[in-house]
Amino acid sequence: MNHKKAQEYIEQAFSKGKAFIPFITCGDPDLETTEKLVYAMENAGANLIELGIPFSDPVAEGPVIQAASERALKAGTTTDKIFEMVEKIRVQSEVPLAFMTYANLLFTYGLDKFLSRCKECGICCVILPDIPFEEKGEMLDKFWEYDVKMISLIAPTSAERIQKIAAEAKGFVYCVSSLGVTGTRNEITTDVAAMVARVRGVQTIPCAIGFGISNPETAAKMSEFSDGVIVGSAIVKLVEEYGRHCIGPVCDFVREMKKAIDGME
Amino acid sequence: MTEKKGRFGAFGGQFIPETLMNAVIELEEAYNKYKEDAAFQEELRDLLNNYAGRPSKLYYAKHMTEDLGGAKIYLKREDLNHTGSHKINNVLGQVLLAKKMGKTRIIAETGAGQHGVATATAAALMGLDCEIYMGKHDTDRQALNVYRMELLGAKVHPVTSGTMTLKDAVNETMREWTRRIDDTHYVLGSVMGPHPFPMIVRDFQAVISKEIKAQMLEAEGKLPDAVLACVGGGSNAMGAFYNFIEDTSVRLIGCEAAGLGIDTKETAATMATGSVGIFHGMKSYFCQDEYGQIAPVYSISAGLDYPGIGPEHAYLRDSGRAEYVPVTDDEAVAAFAYLSKVEGIIPAIESAHAISYAMQLAPTLTKDQSIVVNVSGRGDKDVAAIARYQGVEIYES
Repeated sequence: MNHKKAQEYIEQAFSKGKAFIPFITCGDPDLETTEKLVYAMENAGANLIELGIPFSDPVAEGPVIQAASERALKAGTTTDKIFEMVEKIRVQSEVPLAFMTYANLLFTYGLDKFLSRCKECGICCVILPDIPFEEKGEMLDKFWEYDVKMISLIAPTSAERIQKIAAEAKGFVYCVSSLGVTGTRNEITTDVAAMVARVRGVQTIPCAIGFGISNPETAAKMSEFSDGVIVGSAIVKLVEEYGRHCIGPVCDFVREMKKAIDGME
Repeated sequence: MTEKKGRFGAFGGQFIPETLMNAVIELEEAYNKYKEDAAFQEELRDLLNNYAGRPSKLYYAKHMTEDLGGAKIYLKREDLNHTGSHKINNVLGQVLLAKKMGKTRIIAETGAGQHGVATATAAALMGLDCEIYMGKHDTDRQALNVYRMELLGAKVHPVTSGTMTLKDAVNETMREWTRRIDDTHYVLGSVMGPHPFPMIVRDFQAVISKEIKAQMLEAEGKLPDAVLACVGGGSNAMGAFYNFIEDTSVRLIGCEAAGLGIDTKETAATMATGSVGIFHGMKSYFCQDEYGQIAPVYSISAGLDYPGIGPEHAYLRDSGRAEYVPVTDDEAVAAFAYLSKVEGIIPAIESAHAISYAMQLAPTLTKDQSIVVNVSGRGDKDVAAIARYQGVEIYES
């Protein structure tokens, strides 16, 4: 099946005002719910959806997403079943989709097989928090070959590394707002605006901010100086709380967040 | 041997979040600087000799040799170091380095508790704050070591995520490091993790093989025919092997924890049952499923209960320079009892894995051959657990 080019999906994601990018863990509580969440979040205003492929040892995640990964794996979620789900989604929806997972899952599955399946089912980006600038070289040719963007992350500790990372970034730049792992935070103390400004000095592709954004106020503030916000733990918490009945609460939340960042237009 | 920066052949690397990259770069720069700094090296030598008690003895195990009837068996007595294991060698080096780097707080993972105790000790000595992450399962089976660390002024965090063992303790320590980097150094306890840790830990542990070589030349006038050590992450083995890598007549044998056996799921034998993957900052061998999910491993030894192995070991294995053999719980427990009775030395259950293979190997060699077994730690910490394993109820008063 022919889908859009990765670049077209990314342009689509960042062309409707500030992008709202929700994250959910595939298979939490089951893949049927994940599929329903994708359609529902698209309707509620999500511009790009990050699908987490659960890993047994997610070292970049806080307790909320760790627990979600554990639930998903216990429910029997596998990389193959996730690809099958995305193929089903693509029959009904052209919402831009990204995978977020860890290097070992691609490496063990086989990089060619993983990325060719991404291309087949229209996954435009893969976010790998354990592949820093120094290690991306080995995988980059394959990403190019299969027209999938490997998303570069910059962190509050990146300092002078920002320029070189941003200069080679593809798709969009993922700005990590805070030290530590994923999880909801009451406030963000890093000077994220300065980080984004450094990226913009060398790069024209969009900048999205993630880690610790859990309420409309923070989302609105972060979207003032970026092109979009990524929200994970706050949504995964709702999935944890409501289980299979999470569609309504998640949609309400997505709608509220999208409205908050659009208000800044 | 390092072809590309931080690589051992195809293995190693720096597979960590961007948040930590500047910290490992800073560490590498500091390490390279102090490696060449005579004053630092002298300070470390003084600590190793006068605080930790180096050089450790190379003891000719006469009764064991006679009983087994084959190669002469020498025991490298790392168990006699201060804090009771080889872990102190690396810890004194890293904590001294952290102090020179201006860090005021150190964090570390621990499995059996040996690395945690050594780290807490060095922190107490050098006046740094110390927090230790230890799987809940291990804080239960090594309760005495938890108290020991607390006595030394460290805060011990029981880790309740995942399998609640060493791998999860590493996960949690890495997460904590991303939370607080500026004033904190992560004292990684084995030859694993992202570059430069496998190199730094190896260099600090290489004192073991440097001493073995000199001691064997003095005792036997020649190099040993084989050097044996247990491997989890692989730091005592790397230390015992390193200065023999170029001496190709010396067999290097790593003894893995097979748990209930390599044909069961209750095993931690990474080389025998694992495959190449990327985890904990490095490309190496890991116990994992077909999708790359890390397997819940098992061994009676909390120190070897780890689903991966250091990248330089992966390289030594693939290049054929070192051999890796699995040793089961039962075999290790038998060796634990054997060495205690025959030589009056109670080894750590980790080290007992190497003793066990020595018991198999020695009789197949001739009397003019010799082998060295690294007794990486002492077994006091294991006595209660082994008693339980053998069905003996012990009540500590």
